[in-house]
Amino acid sequence: MSAAATQTGAPIRAKRVLPGFTLSLGTTLLYLTLIVLIPVIALILKGAEIGPARFWQIVSSPRAVAAFQITLTAAVIATVLNAVYGLLMAWVLVRYDFPGKRLLDALMDVPFALPTAVAGLSLTALFSANGWFGSVLHPAGFPVVYTIWGIALAMAFTSVPFVVRTVQPVLEDMDPALEQAAVTLGARPWAIFARVVFPAILPAWLAGCTTAFARSLGEFGAIVFIAGNLPFQTEIAALLAFIRLEEFDYNGAAAIALVLLGFALALLLVSNLLQTWASRYREASR
Amino acid sequence: MTAPVVIHAPGQSRRGERMLIAIAVVLTLFFVAAPLAYIFVRAFSEGWRVYAANILHPMTLHAIWLTTITAIIVVPLNVAFGIAAAWAVAKHRFPGRGILVTIIEIPFSISPIIAGICYLLLYGRQGLLGPWLQANDLQVMFALPGIVLVTMFVTAPFVAREVLPLMQAQGSEQEQAAVTLGANGWQIFTRVTLPNIRWALLYGAVLCTARAVGEFGGVSVVSGNVRGQTNTLPLHVELLFNDLNAVGAFAAASTLTLIAILALFVKALLEGRRTR
Amino acid sequence: MKQPLLAVALALGLAAPAAAQDRLLNVSYDISRELFEALNPAFAAHWQETTGRTVTIDMSHGGSSRQARAILEGLSADVVTFNQETDIDVLAEGGLLPAEWRDLLPNRASPYYSLPAFLVRAGNPKNIQDWDDLAREDVAPVFPNPKTSGNARYTYLAAYAYELARNGGDHTATQEFVKSILSSVPVFDTGGRAATQTFAERGIGDVLVTFEAETGGIAAEYAAQGFERVTPSQSLFAAFPVAVVAENAKRNGSTEVAKAYLEWLYSPEAQRILAEHFYRVTDEAVAEEYADRQAGVTLVTVDEVFGGWGAVRADHLADGAILDQVFVNQ
Repeated sequence: MSAAATQTGAPIRAKRVLPGFTLSLGTTLLYLTLIVLIPVIALILKGAEIGPARFWQIVSSPRAVAAFQITLTAAVIATVLNAVYGLLMAWVLVRYDFPGKRLLDALMDVPFALPTAVAGLSLTALFSANGWFGSVLHPAGFPVVYTIWGIALAMAFTSVPFVVRTVQPVLEDMDPALEQAAVTLGARPWAIFARVVFPAILPAWLAGCTTAFARSLGEFGAIVFIAGNLPFQTEIAALLAFIRLEEFDYNGAAAIALVLLGFALALLLVSNLLQTWASRYREASR
Repeated sequence: MTAPVVIHAPGQSRRGERMLIAIAVVLTLFFVAAPLAYIFVRAFSEGWRVYAANILHPMTLHAIWLTTITAIIVVPLNVAFGIAAAWAVAKHRFPGRGILVTIIEIPFSISPIIAGICYLLLYGRQGLLGPWLQANDLQVMFALPGIVLVTMFVTAPFVAREVLPLMQAQGSEQEQAAVTLGANGWQIFTRVTLPNIRWALLYGAVLCTARAVGEFGGVSVVSGNVRGQTNTLPLHVELLFNDLNAVGAFAAASTLTLIAILALFVKALLEGRRTR
Repeated sequence: MKQPLLAVALALGLAAPAAAQDRLLNVSYDISRELFEALNPAFAAHWQETTGRTVTIDMSHGGSSRQARAILEGLSADVVTFNQETDIDVLAEGGLLPAEWRDLLPNRASPYYSLPAFLVRAGNPKNIQDWDDLAREDVAPVFPNPKTSGNARYTYLAAYAYELARNGGDHTATQEFVKSILSSVPVFDTGGRAATQTFAERGIGDVLVTFEAETGGIAAEYAAQGFERVTPSQSLFAAFPVAVVAENAKRNGSTEVAKAYLEWLYSPEAQRILAEHFYRVTDEAVAEEYADRQAGVTLVTVDEVFGGWGAVRADHLADGAILDQVFVNQ
């Protein structure tokens, strides 16, 4: 996925000359207002209605805190897994040629295209005690389904393309002269990677990981099947919001939803900053 | 695109290369390919006939139909929005552009469940607009409009995300030239801009379709799960599973998987065109 | 093809009352899937016979509190067939049906009933016979989340009632007892059917606690696995109340067929189908016919033990009440 959406250094200045500004901006604002902003504002209004004391009481209740912790921990595990696996995939797909490479590349898009509920159903069946993988892992004392590892697995599955697809174009665009120079100077492959390649892809890699992390925090469909939904152990925050809703506890649902919204916005900000940094880095390294 | 750098370190790095490729392939087989394959293995575990019966069940057909209708409504709207947003942001300068781009990305990082809750708080019978909707006998939640709206929310950034960077990278010299030559806005768009962005546009539309078809969390909040009425295909998968019909659930899931694979195939074709 | 037309009607934001025939949306609890699949065609035939009209009955299944919430938020149910009176009371409070809904049909508007019972693995390896076995350390019971599932709320109340009767009214000890059961549940699904899946398909837990009707259905469905039904010595009478959602039915023009549908549930024909599905029925002749399917059990009622559903809501289910103390803050 091309991600440098906030690239701002385009060279053309006199842009107002082009027609359609009012129409396009009007359409954009109308669509965003109706579809995104008003519903989000409805949530914020509901949150404001609760009052700060009650709000704090809801989000700091032991079960809610546990849910936030579980969600964050699993998302961190998933992101670490993806940081390594995604980087490896991007590297292998860009740098090496081998039979089946295009297929491997296409497989990296599967998590984007496959509905998350379907992914969850399939992963659960694979890793449950009588599944293909679970029948090996369970006796080995490593149950995945209904543990935090299952949650992390589902999160990792749905978010791995973010890392691969952010790092890939940067690796492709890298100036080969630097590495060749390093080779000429007799540097070993690992040293070249650590000193030359890695710093160049670092911003993109971090940006990809941040997006993957944000996506992991928001994932629901894949997780509900595999998590087991045990309060204090495998209950994620989005599910808790859902359960609160089912219990007629609108305030509880809205408060938890607001916290998740806050997380999402903060991460979006970080991700946008990182991407601006990444695109500046890319410009500079060209 | 630059040619891959070949690092000519002797033997050792060739071995390293093979090892890295092997690890990547094995991990991907286990992690990505196996779940994909398993869906079909389970769907066909009781033979073709059971599979066909599951797919041709009226409720499954209705779920396929509802999901298709939703995508048919959502994707074109989303494409129009994506183009408008990209045009406004990439070809013009105005205060608040950065904020606008951030707002476009909000749905991307919000849990769909939260999106569903937002809509419920707005359009539900007890929501902000509930009394008004009821007075006018309009049903939004637990009906197609609610499903469509939530799907629009969830997929909002998909087209814009693909088209925007491309429009920015291409600048607007060509459009400026067209203006000088006396072309009107529509002509500029259809003759100059659209040919430049068409592959990215299609690519975004393909991703948007895949996402719209597969949306689960948000829709499950606003659907009401009425069989044969508001049950989309992903919800139907869950429903069949809870009907103790796991094979049927995987059969329904296999249709979604086929759509996903088809989308990826189209995307791969487009990518070939794009890089050429 | 009527479906595209229907979809277009829905797209236009209409409530889509089909004119050519009667249409009914029955919003029900989670595990009644197979039951209504059998009941609905029988009623459709009956309706055709008596009125000459055709009727299509749409179904929605889910945890009954979740279903009640959806109706409050605008899900246009014509009738509800729930497993818990409180969930219909909520609709009455929301102004969707009259507060005296219990008086509109016989038996406090419950055409059939059931009770929480057990389903154990083949051969009953852990020798689970009664509620106190669930509190044993080596036993992992499976039932859904009592906060979202009416089914699990009965389980909670039945366990509570059992221990309260056993220890002669010591509430503190009873709460400890219930707590020890709740804390050994490995998975809390949100609906009864998901819990069944967890037990039967995924092989988790030693005993599934759910309505007797479900244990019968599952034992038959998974005959190959040899699950065994166990009826505890005492359990809780679980009424399955039904009601016409008057406001929606009026708007949808379905009041007549909705009433007829619910009244028909009391007919011998419907009662026989209910008994086939392991529910206990109120028609004495039919109950007699199927007596051999149901084990003897002492049934207590919510009114006797807890002083009615109002008291249950206030003392047990309200925010921070007993259920929260023994469940959420485990």
